[in-house]
Amino acid sequence: MRCVYLDNSSTTKQAEEVTEKIRRTAEEQFGNPSSLHQLGVEAENKVSEARKRFADAVGARPDEIFFNSGGTEGDNTVLFGLASAYRREKKNIVTTKVEHPAVLEACRMLRDFGFEIREVPVDRSCRVSLSDFEDRIDDQTILVSMMAVNNEIGTILPVREAAQLAHRRHTLFHTDAVQAFGKMDLRGTGADLLTVSSHKVHGPKGVGAMMVKKGTKIRPLIVGGGQERHFRSGTENVPGISGFGEAVRLLNENSNGAEADMKAVRQHLLDEIRRNVPDIVVNSPDVSEEDLPGSGICSVLNISFLGTRGEVLLHTLEQDGIYVSTGSACSSNKKGKSHVLTAMGLSDEEIDGTLRFSFSRYNTIEEMDYAAEKIELAVKKFRKLRSFMR
Amino acid sequence: MNEQNIFIVRTGEVALKGMNKPYFEKMLQNRISQNLREFKKQAEENGWSPVSVRRNEGLIFVRAPKEIPEEKVLRQVSRVFGVSSVSPSVESKSDLDAIGECAVSFMMKQIEERGIKTFKVEAKRADKSFPVKSPDIARIIGGKVLKGCKVLKVDVHNPDVKLFVDLRRDETFLYDRKVSGMGGLPLGTNGRGLSLFSGGIDSPVATWMMAKRGMVVEVMHFHSYPYTSQRAQEKVERLVRIIASYSGTVKMHIVNLLPVQEQIVMHCPEDETTILVRRFMMRIAEQIAKKNGCQMLITGEDLGQVASQTADSLVVTDQSVSLPVMRPLIGMDKMEIIDRAKEIGTYETSIEPYEDCCTVFLPKHPVTRPKLSKILESESKLDVDKLIQDAVLSEEVKEIRY
Repeated sequence: MRCVYLDNSSTTKQAEEVTEKIRRTAEEQFGNPSSLHQLGVEAENKVSEARKRFADAVGARPDEIFFNSGGTEGDNTVLFGLASAYRREKKNIVTTKVEHPAVLEACRMLRDFGFEIREVPVDRSCRVSLSDFEDRIDDQTILVSMMAVNNEIGTILPVREAAQLAHRRHTLFHTDAVQAFGKMDLRGTGADLLTVSSHKVHGPKGVGAMMVKKGTKIRPLIVGGGQERHFRSGTENVPGISGFGEAVRLLNENSNGAEADMKAVRQHLLDEIRRNVPDIVVNSPDVSEEDLPGSGICSVLNISFLGTRGEVLLHTLEQDGIYVSTGSACSSNKKGKSHVLTAMGLSDEEIDGTLRFSFSRYNTIEEMDYAAEKIELAVKKFRKLRSFMR
Repeated sequence: MNEQNIFIVRTGEVALKGMNKPYFEKMLQNRISQNLREFKKQAEENGWSPVSVRRNEGLIFVRAPKEIPEEKVLRQVSRVFGVSSVSPSVESKSDLDAIGECAVSFMMKQIEERGIKTFKVEAKRADKSFPVKSPDIARIIGGKVLKGCKVLKVDVHNPDVKLFVDLRRDETFLYDRKVSGMGGLPLGTNGRGLSLFSGGIDSPVATWMMAKRGMVVEVMHFHSYPYTSQRAQEKVERLVRIIASYSGTVKMHIVNLLPVQEQIVMHCPEDETTILVRRFMMRIAEQIAKKNGCQMLITGEDLGQVASQTADSLVVTDQSVSLPVMRPLIGMDKMEIIDRAKEIGTYETSIEPYEDCCTVFLPKHPVTRPKLSKILESESKLDVDKLIQDAVLSEEVKEIRY
């Protein structure tokens, strides 16, 4: 059966080149980067190579880059590391209601420790207003943390503007760029801290990286042998990191055109669904040529099929080899409604019938024709049966 | 002293079965043997002394190498249906000096491990030709222990350790505790049944209770994929695996009920959906039961719990099949069922929240007092036989092992 993978915001398929790179590194540069001998040096070089690549991709210096286990660790390090460093001077953190749980749950724990968490609301398209940030920042604010792109809706948030605002108010700025990395230019955002994950860009799972601007006062989350210049102890995952470096190299190689192709794929699926399926609400904003704040990212399309259940549609589509997500894969195992859709003010009916399609550079227009046809059938079938129940 | 741990297994109810006694005991011996097969393999591979299960004078004696922790063997033996209690024991020659020595070393170990201070000896002589009577055996052995273990005192009312001496012709067994078993009857001594198994709290308990009375159980699971998820079915398989830990391999029959539900939803009154679906489940299960030599159906229903389990609903449900339907939970309260589920270890898995979207098919106001005539009229709008036949043909079978 064919496989049309439209769940790339949950995770991506590891690129073949990445797999090969990991295999070779694991077998050939198996030394510990901390070892003084030649094998140690070779392993360290692999890590440095990846560090340089990632630094270039986000417009930072290599010594501002730290590797870790992924987006969740990055977000936790930022929040706990800054809260711990500033605990005697300042006491609040400003963030949004639609962050990934890696940020929101860390904030909840900080609230238990006595910090004040101030959450900025979003509108019906998951957009934020800068004045809402302005109102919440004061001289007690440690940090403003705002994701670059929302993972469930794909709305692009105003990172540059919010970073400038934070800096004017002498506050640090962090962006969770897990969904943005590889899909939009992250150089020159002005962020003091930036976190990403490797497995969202065809790299291996269990690897991530963060950028921390030189001079930022922050404490490490994990201490021990002093690796990563004492900021993240634990022997480096050398094969994983070099695999991530390879994934970044592939992003650069594909940078011309890949984003445009994804936009075309997304638009095609949206057009086909709009043409054939009535009673839908498109929750993602339209994409824009220049990736303006408030527009949608090329990789995410979120739609509510009214009068259906997202989970049933998901299982119906998987029978045709089409893999999608309801809300966010991280939360679909839990009971209750997505916090993002709730924050956007969607009705229960809209939330119930929500599907998220998320794309990668490997998706094709032809796949979208197939997917749209099957989506139409699945929705029709569900609605027909449902019509007998009321 | 010994290279083996010895366990005395008592058979309780099995012993009451008159003429059938040897048959039941033999079945029990086999079941215990089966439950110990992992240990047997382990012993063989490592060249330890062998695992054995023997019957003697109404008791079953399990011997296992010392390398296998006593508690592990105890656990495996005590969960076999038909076992009333198990005592880890030590063995001695049936001679008062030898028994005394054995008792002293047994107590020394208790002193070291548990810091006991008081004890009492109780003796029983199964071999009536032994020249000393039970109370005297107890007194003599007690004296030897006092002499051998200077720190110990006798306390007949509330001793730290009660040492039992079970004196038999060839050997004597000493032990200080009885671990309760599951009770019930050896599996396979009471026919074969097919249990309708949903994945909730009730059906695993119902299935377990029938297995406990010696019935070989197979399970019948209905799902509504894609309205239910693959993960929900995996949860059900984990529950069946827990049942299998008591009863050995369980045959699981899986049928997608969605085609039936669709027809019912499209052609029959909404408030009858639940009862109609239940009648179809019973009829499909009956066909599968007959194909597999199962003599009866088992359900986890208890009276009045939900709309489909009112007295009227149960009657109308039963009238769809000719096989007898066993409902071992019928008179239990929900709390009693939950307690039992916790006891047998299915509760934690049962309450895992895999939301199934089957709620799509739940009527807002289900009938609680269905009339058979009305239900039959609704069913006349459906091609009942074909729906059942198609469902039976689509059956998927899995063998679930512990």
